[in-house]
Amino acid sequence: MSIKSTIIVGAAFATLSAFSAQAAEKIKIAFIDPLSGPFAATGTNGLQQFIYAADELVNKKGGVLGGREFEIVPLDNKVSPKESLVQLKRAIGDGIHYVVQGNSSGVANALTDAISKHNRRNPDSRVILLNYSAVDPALTNEKCSYWHFRFDAGADIKMNALTDAIKNNSNIKKVYIIGQDYSFGKAVASSAIQFLGEKRPDIEIVGNELHPIGKVKDFTPYATKIRASGADAVITGNWGADMVGLGKAIGETGLDVPIYTYYAANDGITKTIGEGGKNRIRLVHEGPVNPPSNDVYKAYHTGFKAKNPDKDVSQFRIVNVIQMLAKAMEQAGSEKPIEVAKQLEGMEFTTLHGEKVVMRSDDHQLIQPIHISVHTNENITFDSDNSGYGMRTESTIAAADTALPTTCKMERPE
Amino acid sequence: MSELLFFSLLNGIVTGLLLFMLASGLTLIFSMMGVLNFAHASFYMLGAYFAYTISLYVGFWLGLILAPLLVGVLGALVERYGLRYVHRWGHVAELIFTFGLAFLIEEVVQFIWGKETKAYHEPEILQFSLFTFFGQDFPAYKAFMLLVSIAIFIVLLLILTRSRIGLIIQAAITHPNMTAMLGHNVPLVFMGVFGVGCALAGLAGVIAGPALGTFPGMAVVLGSIVFVIVVVGGLGSLTGAFVASLLIGLLQTFAIALDYSVSDLLAVLNISVDAESALRDLWALSLPQVAPILPYLLLVLILIFRPTGLFGKRET
Repeated sequence: MSIKSTIIVGAAFATLSAFSAQAAEKIKIAFIDPLSGPFAATGTNGLQQFIYAADELVNKKGGVLGGREFEIVPLDNKVSPKESLVQLKRAIGDGIHYVVQGNSSGVANALTDAISKHNRRNPDSRVILLNYSAVDPALTNEKCSYWHFRFDAGADIKMNALTDAIKNNSNIKKVYIIGQDYSFGKAVASSAIQFLGEKRPDIEIVGNELHPIGKVKDFTPYATKIRASGADAVITGNWGADMVGLGKAIGETGLDVPIYTYYAANDGITKTIGEGGKNRIRLVHEGPVNPPSNDVYKAYHTGFKAKNPDKDVSQFRIVNVIQMLAKAMEQAGSEKPIEVAKQLEGMEFTTLHGEKVVMRSDDHQLIQPIHISVHTNENITFDSDNSGYGMRTESTIAAADTALPTTCKMERPE
Repeated sequence: MSELLFFSLLNGIVTGLLLFMLASGLTLIFSMMGVLNFAHASFYMLGAYFAYTISLYVGFWLGLILAPLLVGVLGALVERYGLRYVHRWGHVAELIFTFGLAFLIEEVVQFIWGKETKAYHEPEILQFSLFTFFGQDFPAYKAFMLLVSIAIFIVLLLILTRSRIGLIIQAAITHPNMTAMLGHNVPLVFMGVFGVGCALAGLAGVIAGPALGTFPGMAVVLGSIVFVIVVVGGLGSLTGAFVASLLIGLLQTFAIALDYSVSDLLAVLNISVDAESALRDLWALSLPQVAPILPYLLLVLILIFRPTGLFGKRET
């Protein structure tokens, strides 16, 4: 290519980009989550869901505030709170006002702290954290912040829903709790014991076990123990390889009882558990997948699969994040975080599923229906991991019944 | 209780024999070359991943044969073009080489197959429960694992003690220079043993993959425990590795199954403990909680009281 034509092409590009910038400046949303390291699979899956939701539900519908589009800016934090703060600084430096994050409550806590501090000191360039997955109850209780909004249900809300399901099942008399030996595993165990004690004092806790996280090579001894304890149900907060190993081992002992889990679906887990967990594994989650609630959701899911054949709509809350953010901007008539936060707070919204949800003002926790689904290959419209197996909704706890009291006392800006 | 004991015994034996397949190769390599092969468990992982990929095309059974062969050839190549070259700078260089290799293999596996657990399953004809005892199933695949491991033990024992190759290997372990003087190609023997050792690790991976999960962390989870077995059993001793594998397999299984704590033990001895004392966390420590460290405790004790290991003739 000659120098002359290079200049011409360069000039053309410059004009083009200047033109599009003028036409409608994009609203940037920083996605701070793991895109490398051991949790990269979960992170990239989330990123694709954000990109698709923003394109499909906002950009293709003409954007917000008269034609401005959403742009998701991926920033890799390697699930490290330290890296996340570096990426937050970078995002703020680029003039980004909206941050989405989900993997690890440790990161969410660090980001909330940093953002609250930043907003106090820089009222002109405030930032909002839209948390789509970090479920530590503290984030909407003692550590709550006006600038933090949680779209997933907190761990205690999920346990409340899960124990509601157990409450209504009179066949369950003995429960075995097993989890990974760290803060989340312990939190699941203690809230399970607390809720079961309140709702079904007759239930006996026949086991409360913690195993080393990510170090167990064979779960058979644990499964044998669970089997021998005579448990009618198992509760676990296990994720990743620990979830797969436990699910498989319990299946192999022939123990046919419900296993209530938080994370036993998608990202390869559904496919690996396969037949062994059929009609055993239960998942407590938001956003029902099977049967699809309506044609709107069906079209959305089908469209996502067409674009990302290897991925799943595993975190429906991402759709809510995008749609509710867009709605808040429209209502506020501005993209200024202070105005948008005002609109988000207390917002009532009807999701793609047709479910009515509300962003509770007291603690910025989205109050939404919670579903208990079973791992099966029967009557599955949308499977997970292209395995033929998927999650079918068994019972639903209405939004109002999932709400728990909060101790949050947040500082509101004037 | 008897249900728990019976199944713990079975599970312990299955785990132990699986560990033996890894340890048998490692102990031969260790005693012969004086090299702790840190990458040994990585070959186990490669076996599982190779077999998974092969099983997608031609089924489980061909994978069972082809994957260990592939891993064996890879191992032999690593010895021939890697270890032998590094050897001239001494044992430390070899050690670091295998250490680096372990990381390299893990990264390559993640690069090729990704980070999530692979859906590598048992063949369908083995997907049934062999028997039901006290209402608990025992999967046929576990019995298959048991049979393969025992068969490998017998074949290895016969080769090492009854065949000419075995005699040369044994001679090369204890007197490598003399064996070379007698006209045997000792480097070739080394390469062969390294290759076969890796193939055995690969075979262990092939049969363990469906049962224990095929994921990038599978080598790390098993790696350190295999070294414990080699040291506890005694260097270069196949019988030692066999006994130590079973011992550790049973130790781990029973420690998880039995819910006893230190205070229970003290209660038996008629010592009461103050529930409010500063050491109450220690008294409340239960056997399942300490299960992961028990093999390492055993390792330390063996090194103190019997440095040659249970059946070894040389000091570690």
